[in-house]
Amino acid sequence: MTELEFLSWVRGPGFQIATVIFVFGIIVRLLEIFLLGRKANLAEANGSEMSGGMRAIFSRMAPESDTMKRSMFTIVAGYIFHIGLFIVIFLFAPHILFFSDVIGFSWGALPTPVVDMTSVITMITLAAVLLHRIKDPVMKYLTKTQDYLVWLVTFLPLLTGYLAFHRVGLPAPSLLALHILSVELLMVLFPFTKLMHAFTFVLSRWYNGAISGYKGVRS
Amino acid sequence: MKKHSTGARLSSSDDTLGAALRRQGVSRRSFLKFCAATASMMALPPTMVPAIAKALESAKRPSVIWLSFQECTGCTESLTRAHTATVESLIFDSISLDYHHTLQAAAGHGAEAAREEAMKENFGKYLLVVDGSIPVADPGYSTIAGISNLDMLMDTAKGAAAIIPVGTCAAYGGIPHADPNPTGAVSVADLIKDKPIINVPGCPPIPVVITGVLTHFLTFGTLPELDDLGRPRAFYGQSIHDRCYRRPFYDKGQFAETFDDEGAKKGWCLYKLGCKGPTSYNACATTKWNDGTSFPIEAGHPCLGCSEPEFWDGGGFYKALSIPTTEVARDALYAGAAAVAAGSALGMMNRARSKQAKSEHEKVSVDDLQKED
Amino acid sequence: MSTKLEQAVHALKEQIDAPVASFLSSCVHCGMCAQACLFHTETGDPKYTPILKVEPLRRVWQQEYTFWGRMKKMFGLAKPITDEFLAEWEELVYDSCTMCGRCSMVCPVGNDITYMIRKTREGMAVSGHVPDGLVGATTRAVTIGSPMGVKFVALEAQIRHVEKDYGYKVPVDVEGADYLCMLSSMEIMNFPEYIGAIAKIFDHADVSWTLSSKAFEATNSGIQIGVSDIAAELVQRIVSEAERLKVKCVISPECGHAYTAIRWEGPNLAGKKFGFKVRHILEVLDELRQEGRLKTEGMKDNRLTYHDPCQIGRRGGVLEQPRNLINMVASDFVEMPDAGKMNWCCGAGGGVSTNERADEIRLKSFQRKKEQLEAVQAETLVSACSNCRIHIEDGLEAYHMDIPVISLTETLAEHLVDKE
Repeated sequence: MTELEFLSWVRGPGFQIATVIFVFGIIVRLLEIFLLGRKANLAEANGSEMSGGMRAIFSRMAPESDTMKRSMFTIVAGYIFHIGLFIVIFLFAPHILFFSDVIGFSWGALPTPVVDMTSVITMITLAAVLLHRIKDPVMKYLTKTQDYLVWLVTFLPLLTGYLAFHRVGLPAPSLLALHILSVELLMVLFPFTKLMHAFTFVLSRWYNGAISGYKGVRS
Repeated sequence: MKKHSTGARLSSSDDTLGAALRRQGVSRRSFLKFCAATASMMALPPTMVPAIAKALESAKRPSVIWLSFQECTGCTESLTRAHTATVESLIFDSISLDYHHTLQAAAGHGAEAAREEAMKENFGKYLLVVDGSIPVADPGYSTIAGISNLDMLMDTAKGAAAIIPVGTCAAYGGIPHADPNPTGAVSVADLIKDKPIINVPGCPPIPVVITGVLTHFLTFGTLPELDDLGRPRAFYGQSIHDRCYRRPFYDKGQFAETFDDEGAKKGWCLYKLGCKGPTSYNACATTKWNDGTSFPIEAGHPCLGCSEPEFWDGGGFYKALSIPTTEVARDALYAGAAAVAAGSALGMMNRARSKQAKSEHEKVSVDDLQKED
Repeated sequence: MSTKLEQAVHALKEQIDAPVASFLSSCVHCGMCAQACLFHTETGDPKYTPILKVEPLRRVWQQEYTFWGRMKKMFGLAKPITDEFLAEWEELVYDSCTMCGRCSMVCPVGNDITYMIRKTREGMAVSGHVPDGLVGATTRAVTIGSPMGVKFVALEAQIRHVEKDYGYKVPVDVEGADYLCMLSSMEIMNFPEYIGAIAKIFDHADVSWTLSSKAFEATNSGIQIGVSDIAAELVQRIVSEAERLKVKCVISPECGHAYTAIRWEGPNLAGKKFGFKVRHILEVLDELRQEGRLKTEGMKDNRLTYHDPCQIGRRGGVLEQPRNLINMVASDFVEMPDAGKMNWCCGAGGGVSTNERADEIRLKSFQRKKEQLEAVQAETLVSACSNCRIHIEDGLEAYHMDIPVISLTETLAEHLVDKE
């Protein structure tokens, strides 16, 4: 397989396969969760489920002070790499082109050097997060193979993207192909791993907020 | 088109290149200038210039056989269509081009006789230039004087010192090779494994690259350093994107969205219009075309990536590189629809399982909590 | 008859709903819940990480309610749920979790871990891997009527004492009263002053109330051990009495989980909406305050702080009322760090105090409360849960601290203006 054939494959059939698994898997999993349903609460309400739930979706972005103190690294590093991923994925011009091709509309991009710097910061943060996972006793105890796998498939697109942008080591078509392939790997693993939290966190936060909100507590 | 001497042979291969150049009226000064330019283009140190000059001057004009197969003659056009006589073109005049069926006056058996004679005379020493791809599905697709391209190539290659496939068709199969490739077109390198091959791809390739490769071969008697696609690194080492004068706009995120918008008028990056510059390796952005006038991006058109294998099948000239070649939205929609069906089924199954579990509930009493002793 | 293990898996299977499935799908193993749990913060042991405590529930969910997990199970790739596994989890689910709900407040993806612990206990209870103390308490609650084995005769005796000491009538079985007042065994046996305080306050505010001779016990061991059938039976006793006496409102006493049991789980356990309201005593008192029916005099002037019982505050929603009431009677009220909905548990809720095996870790985890108290240099601690009070007194003694722990209701009663 030549380089361009490889690139054509990842841009064509490869991406098709990944898209199908990604979309199919996520929707199936969300329905699997959602359709389980829950019992109606017969207790007299002391607050609104809906407003409690909606509130929690956003309020969990701002941890209160004791949590902040105790989980400083997790929160700060978590913020950096999530925002970093957001910037790199959604505000890089070539990526926006991809999205506008798929969904039909586009938005403004950040200057390339800014995205470039962000990707470096994000990779450094992810490395620190991995180190924390290996060193911290609680994290170590909690960690399963899947956690490392998910870390890897999150890190690889950043790394290959960075290499492709700066064209390090291999000819550009191969680097671009590897980058797209790494994204496809991420997409394929997405529905089967904890990466699902990117979607289910909305459900979870809502349920949490709703359970508390019903009792008049803002969680 | 330049005039060439008549007869079966385009020029004599007896005298040296230096002598031939002087006879053509090339001054020593402009010759050295050419040597310096060639050296810099091939990333050789300036100290190499006298060596190049000396080597070229004393080099015996090599015999060159040029075979044209499934091609459009664009490569030859490119090489011969210089507006003014340049040292590069003169170098061309100064090789002993013993066979080129587009340029030579001889035809038919006379022409073939010239090829055979050159082969015999310079066996093991001549350079073989090929443009066009070779059909292997059926040899009848392309023949010359009743000889199939395949046979002619294999026969001529035997005595070649090196082979220079010129143009993307000869180098990688090119347009004839494009999907669905009805003639079974293949590249030179697909067929010949035992000879040094220097690919000079491009559709068409840049003329100075040819002379550069020839100069290198004449100077050092060796092949230039090649990349993994068999191209001389000196010319194909950097991507169009690397040397593009519009690169700062890419870095700033300023893109032309259409061919006639404000961005296009301001000369912004053509990435969004499908420019293949980032994945295409060629010297266009530095050597430019038409005597250094410009290159496609300068004319406001994205790079097609013509010097790359499979460039014709790369998913559309006007589709940005980061965009998948298939209809992702359609795929996603179908997958989504199927998922809603499957997910609903699985979800309802889950619901039923949960309901069944509840209906099978066995009431727990304090007796059940007592430990079995 | 199915084995206890099969029953356990079945019970867990019954418990799983959409919130559980979404919580378990969302966990990213970030470890933040560990930092919110006093059993981890005070021991440093990572095994007390809250989300890990629901592992039995997680395995059942994965193997029964996810396509992928079912495939894995089919091919024998899923982690089995064995008796040994459940045995190992017993300590994590019962000894080192008070269901205080603090982890549920910090989870960045919004997992209500406490909600899942409650459900996990449903499986653990029937598996037989459950602390003896809890089994005993639950058995007594069902057979005798109170986890501490208190019978009505004992309550009657206390009522007589209270009536004599306080000089107020304590109504029993009065049909048509507005409020049916519930008690916890702990109040009956250890803090009968609470009954006196109620009698005094309700007399002061002219509240029509009654106790019930048939259902006076508000606590619900079924909730702590995790058997909804038993919890429902215990709740039903209260519901029947409330309906028989035709009261408008049932008052949950100064007890944390009793409030959760009757107020929030009650109707769901009974399977119907109640025809009466359920309020915590602090809610009732704050309503009286708002209506101007409480007249107090004098202020406590020593530095006083309030401990939010988890089930009343964070898990119950009664957060402002105690503050309103304290401000009526205390001039130097200070809040401990993290007070309110983020307050740290005393360390003895959720059945931990009933489980003697957990005594050591219970006292160890008390360090958290100790630090909180030291941070504000509290001279008096007010609370509204007798279980919290007993354990805090225990902890203070263990850590050689001398801070009186008092009931908010009783404190309020002390400051009431004498009726003309």
